[in-house]
Amino acid sequence: MSFTLFIVQTLNGLQLGVLLFLIAAGLTLVFGVMDFINLAHGVQYMLGAYLAVMFYALTGSFVLALILALAAALAFGLLLEFTIFRQLYDRDHLEQVIATFGIIIFLNQGVKVVWGAAPLNLPIPEALAGTVQIMPGLVYPVWRLVIIASGLIVALMLYFLVARTRVGMLVRAGATHARIVSALGVDIRRLFMIVFGFGTMLAAFAGVMIAPILSVEPGMGDSVLILAFVVIVIGGIGSMRGAFMAALLIGLVDTLGRSFMIDILRLVMPPSPARTVGPALASMLIYVLMALVLYFRPSGLFPAKGRS
Amino acid sequence: MSMLAPALPAHKSARIEIAVVAIFALLAVVPFAAAFGPQGYILNLIIRVMVFAIAALAVDFLCGFGGLVTFGHAAFIGLGAYTVAIAGAHGVTDMAITLPLAILVSALFAYVTGTICLRTSGVYFIMITLAFGQMAYFIAGSLAPYGGDDGITLPARSTLFGLAVFKDDRALYYVTLAFLAGAYFMLRAVVYSRFGRVFRGARENPTRMATIGFDVFRYQRIGYVIAGALGGLAGFLLANATEFVSPAYMSWQRSGELIIMVIFGGLGTLYGAIVGAASFLLLEEALAGFTENWKLIFGPLLVLIVLFARGGISGLVISIKTRLARG
Repeated sequence: MSFTLFIVQTLNGLQLGVLLFLIAAGLTLVFGVMDFINLAHGVQYMLGAYLAVMFYALTGSFVLALILALAAALAFGLLLEFTIFRQLYDRDHLEQVIATFGIIIFLNQGVKVVWGAAPLNLPIPEALAGTVQIMPGLVYPVWRLVIIASGLIVALMLYFLVARTRVGMLVRAGATHARIVSALGVDIRRLFMIVFGFGTMLAAFAGVMIAPILSVEPGMGDSVLILAFVVIVIGGIGSMRGAFMAALLIGLVDTLGRSFMIDILRLVMPPSPARTVGPALASMLIYVLMALVLYFRPSGLFPAKGRS
Repeated sequence: MSMLAPALPAHKSARIEIAVVAIFALLAVVPFAAAFGPQGYILNLIIRVMVFAIAALAVDFLCGFGGLVTFGHAAFIGLGAYTVAIAGAHGVTDMAITLPLAILVSALFAYVTGTICLRTSGVYFIMITLAFGQMAYFIAGSLAPYGGDDGITLPARSTLFGLAVFKDDRALYYVTLAFLAGAYFMLRAVVYSRFGRVFRGARENPTRMATIGFDVFRYQRIGYVIAGALGGLAGFLLANATEFVSPAYMSWQRSGELIIMVIFGGLGTLYGAIVGAASFLLLEEALAGFTENWKLIFGPLLVLIVLFARGGISGLVISIKTRLARG
């Protein structure tokens, strides 16, 4: 395993990590504050990507497509909140799972009907389409660096928002003591609507940013959703810091595992079984990690304070 | 984590027993009625329904009675099915060997993973069962000698002491029905047994059960192994019904569907699992025959059921009954 490849894969891992964080952030806010399991969070990510493709075709500008897609995703998210989710907050987790599962089924088929089943593409904005030399012999796509940077900026903004602002204070308090916050005269439903809309936009943002690298296709949100849940469970439910750390951890472990698992296994076993076992072990590595973390720390790495 | 409906049967209701026996009787005459229609299609569809009903019974046992919401139960179906397929690929097709093996493999997996999963509770339990489900899914996908992601076709259906009994769809149908009835009555007996009382008690208040002196963890692990073994049985039957096994059997969506079936029928009622599996799969089939984009109807239907029919189909029946009784 060459050092250059290691750096490249580390960057790829970081890029997956920040992407997962963008999705997990909204999920952990909604789950942490309102105790609401929203499986439909993954399709918001898919919808963000599809909307960006559509608006790009209409406007020809990536920036416009990004802005319009975020606005449309926000509107759609709020519509869902208003018509369906609002009725589910007081319900059992299982009922929330089913209703939001129903929304997944509907939207996955819906995008197939509207945009067709074939994968679509969103071009990288021209100014950011090239590669950049990070060090001698190592060139890296600019767009991937943009994704990493924008994810880190969003993380910083979120940190500031949650740790330093009044809304953030209410969110933190709401995550652990929703009833008391509500009794103190805060309209927790409205607070949640803001949080929810924000989370939806983050997921859509992740979808738009990744669309130029991945193909945009029905069901693209499903696997990401499960990864995002893995992230918030490993990080500790309701903990934004935990979600951030766990997202980077999962991104790196998954990406590096896929690139180097065969090489690592070769150190301890003959090449031929290593080639067979390696890929299998690599693809389930993060689940092994999750099982280990939960075994030793049953409430995650960074459990939110005050949550039992 | 709170549970859906307090549907725990405090007493054995004679009416429910009659209804259940009626369901089994109805299933028993299906093959005769099917002879007048597209027989192969109907038999295969109902076999599928019964297979998933067995798996849903196991999930209902865990979720509804034990308060253990499992999000990885499809893995047990997959394990059972792969045991049959892999044994078949090595020339072992007799169910006298493969059926106990399928159940044993699933039970063993349940024992090992249950030991780990049961350290957690609530949402963490859901997620860790999902994690093990995903591991099984990815392992199955990497089994290159047995088809990998594409799956593997069975050389033939299982034999019994060398006889090709399952060649006839009807034989497989009745064997599946017998296993379904067996699973139902076994679980009902378990639920009402001393073991079942502790298992149910742990759902309500694990601390109290522990204080009384029961080793809650051991009871829950036994419950988890029972449910896993039933999943393996379902897998054995599914492999025989479709004569094909693939990693898709273990995807997390499948596990999610099992939970939906159980809640569809009414959590914690056992017979609800059968009703739920039947209505879920038959609805899917009917809608799919109606339009290619049936998921556009099926998805919103799930949402509507949650919003307006609390307690699933059995809950709906009960609420309609009370409304009628009130006049």
